[in-house]
Amino acid sequence: MIVAELKEIPEIRKMIDRYSSILVVGCDSCVAECAAGGQRETMLLAAALRLSYAKDNLNPVITDTCLDRQCVDDFIDRIANLVPDHEVMLSLGCGAGVQALARVYQDKPIIPALDTLFIGETEMRGVWQENCLGCGKCKLGHFGAVCPVTRCSKKLMNGPCGGSKDGRCEVRPDIPCGWDMIIKRLDTLGELDRLNEFVPPVDWSTSHSGGPRRVIREDQKP
Amino acid sequence: MKTESRLEKVLKSGHFAVTAECGPPKGADAAVLEEKGKFLLGRVDAVNVTDNQTAIVRMSSLAASTILKGLGHEPVLQMVTRDRNRIALQSDLFGAYALGIRNVLCLTGDHHCFGNQKEAVGVFDLDSIQLVHTVRSMRDKGQIIGGEPIQVPPKMFIGAAENPFADPVGWRVVRLAKKVEAGVDFIQTQCIYNLDRFAEFMRQAVDMGLTEKVSILAGITPLKGVGMARYMANKVAGMDVPEDLIKRLSGVPKEKQADEGIKIAVETIRKVREIKGVAGVHLMAIEWEHKVPEILKAAGLDKRPEV
Repeated sequence: MIVAELKEIPEIRKMIDRYSSILVVGCDSCVAECAAGGQRETMLLAAALRLSYAKDNLNPVITDTCLDRQCVDDFIDRIANLVPDHEVMLSLGCGAGVQALARVYQDKPIIPALDTLFIGETEMRGVWQENCLGCGKCKLGHFGAVCPVTRCSKKLMNGPCGGSKDGRCEVRPDIPCGWDMIIKRLDTLGELDRLNEFVPPVDWSTSHSGGPRRVIREDQKP
Repeated sequence: MKTESRLEKVLKSGHFAVTAECGPPKGADAAVLEEKGKFLLGRVDAVNVTDNQTAIVRMSSLAASTILKGLGHEPVLQMVTRDRNRIALQSDLFGAYALGIRNVLCLTGDHHCFGNQKEAVGVFDLDSIQLVHTVRSMRDKGQIIGGEPIQVPPKMFIGAAENPFADPVGWRVVRLAKKVEAGVDFIQTQCIYNLDRFAEFMRQAVDMGLTEKVSILAGITPLKGVGMARYMANKVAGMDVPEDLIKRLSGVPKEKQADEGIKIAVETIRKVREIKGVAGVHLMAIEWEHKVPEILKAAGLDKRPEV
């Protein structure tokens, strides 16, 4: 899922202070799972903004609503009745949600309330781990299902760098060395032989380096 | 001979090679290189020119290598994959060869979070082993990545680093084997303070027949004092500075610690010379290039062979 974090109120206010009516739009999917932009967080942000404005003796109209998914038009359409009454939409979706709102409501300013961080997993409540960069050519089968593109700070393909110590990355001691994880996992599986082979330079053209990507599935079109 | 490298000649003719590091200045002053370089001229077989080491912005290694070459040195151009993609790296290899540079050391580089440009984008388009493979293909097949032919291939003597002290321990020699397979000609190791662990690494390399295919130069960095030893032990990634060495340095008065550090370096050189498979030493006297002649003299390595 996509992991995101709420921006600080002063940063949000800098972007929305010029408007007098604000529609706060949450998203009840990925960003709800990471407790950044779901129903609860949307309500809380609206309340926090009201309080913040009240302190400055300001009283903009602030309405909050939450979509099941902010990146799908069918869901976005469901707030069509609320949109005309507000000058701006403050989105608690990921970057894709923000842009989807902007595409559907072309005459409305859309402001992000979240910083979109990464594709990750929920390790436990309150802990989210980045483990996919969406490079477009999944190599996990080769590396024991631990991604060197994401989990190694240097994206190394042919083994650990010289900075790994006690299974920790040179970048920060709280980062586990991705290569230590790969080697241990393949060792457990008895598949260390996978690593003897030289991995040639990666084809990054399937990643963002090839420009914005688009998937078209004719069989899925209506 | 694969190349016109002096270092290759020295190693191929069975001499114990000596290389030393010369870090380019944090600025555009060529005179700094002249100043640092004069302590190394004629005393070492080749001079490694670092590439923005620890991710701190310095004069480019290609420019500094060219300047040092003009002063009579044989440069080893260090190249990190951290800052440049495959287009820039291959283009610089063409340029380096055209400027008379015959040795290249292929590195990934320290992560940029350690340097003075922490907000930079880390490129890491290739890893160091892929860079070794790239240079070898350019030299031996006359091809760039993707197979396009090169009219005048850069005939480089290819080096890489290896750290016998990083984890996972069992993996280090496997990675060395991968570098050999990818086409490396010589290896310069991380600074050696833990001689036991280095000896074990060399034993594995000899057992696997790797030292028949690659010349391994043992990395030596003289410690300037107990402060530096502690810093190396605790703050520098991939370093193994044993506690007894720190104790030994702290046991001498502050003003004598530098001399003790040099003594340790000389002892280390003598000891690594005894280890089977070691083909030379690589001195990384960080901002202490003027001490190199003294160290080499004490280690009995001050006469360089004519080749």
